[in-house]
Amino acid sequence: MNYIIPLTILGIIIYGTYKKVNTYDLFLDGAKEGITTIFNILPSILAMVFAVNIFLKSGVLYYLLSFLEPILRANNLSLEILAMAFLRPISGSASLAILNSIYSIYGVDSFMGFLASVMEGSTDTTVYVLALYFGSIKVTKIKYALKVGLFADLCGIVAAFIISLIFFN
Amino acid sequence: MVSLIWLFLIGSGIIYSFFTGNMAFINNEILNSAEEAINLVLTMIPVLLLWMGVMNIADKSGLLDLFAKLLSPFLSKLFTSLKKDSKALGYVASNIACNVLGLGSVATPFGLKAMQEMQKENPKKDEASEAMITFLVLNTAGVTIIPTTVIALRNSYGSISSTAIIIPSIIGTAISSIAGLTLDYIIRSRKK
Repeated sequence: MNYIIPLTILGIIIYGTYKKVNTYDLFLDGAKEGITTIFNILPSILAMVFAVNIFLKSGVLYYLLSFLEPILRANNLSLEILAMAFLRPISGSASLAILNSIYSIYGVDSFMGFLASVMEGSTDTTVYVLALYFGSIKVTKIKYALKVGLFADLCGIVAAFIISLIFFN
Repeated sequence: MVSLIWLFLIGSGIIYSFFTGNMAFINNEILNSAEEAINLVLTMIPVLLLWMGVMNIADKSGLLDLFAKLLSPFLSKLFTSLKKDSKALGYVASNIACNVLGLGSVATPFGLKAMQEMQKENPKKDEASEAMITFLVLNTAGVTIIPTTVIALRNSYGSISSTAIIIPSIIGTAISSIAGLTLDYIIRSRKK
């Protein structure tokens, strides 16, 4: 995997030189444009990190989910798995933090560790991606985007559970 | 919609803390989160600026158009509302390629450029276009072949088979992508 990025950069610069464009000036222009992009995404990231932190650190999620604990216990699952399923679409760093604690509590090669890994690999952080990309171009009416994104996440999480049951030995 | 999620996250968190007597802790968290957000953006700046620069060369030299042309038979089926020769398709293609390889941080700048190009073709600037939503569905479903972060974390915990999750993850990501794209397609065709 290590050679992909360097070769891509080399290829682009060689192609640019071959096409007789001023590669150095173009690089500077592009990087300058990047600064504008950063300024555009900063407010939306700030808003999301702020909200997600309050939500997570208050412990309200565990409170909201605690009534499901007996059902989970009966199926040999833990509250952490459910918390992860809920947080995966909201925050990448939060779900990674839970993945970390599942590994340390149940062991990385346990069923719980396996399931959590597949869950983490099967979906991405919908809310963060939407906030980042729509925020960068100042789109505020996102229509059905969240609905579709969360539906995909739900399917991914259910699929991760079924696949883990099949693959885990 | 984003406003509602925002209200739910902040509202439920603060009200719950009020009842559990956690107010001082949350008070600190509010101040810390601003710092955390700035740090998150700061860590993104180097990669973002570097790739924006390199991509500008790819763009102005015509390489991106070439790449988009190669993938256009496939992508134009997904992005029916975009022009056939749209620059956005080139960025979308690059974004997907990086995501598939597990290069998430490299994929982001391509995705941001794709959104900018799609915005140029968008008649209502404050409203999401169909193409944008299709693109983000592909992104949020997390099309990836190598979940690099998970494998790295499994390794650090001394897993006996840290890569055993690759095949299950590919199947999982395929299912969530197909499900998302299908629902997106159904909603789009129902609107017409």
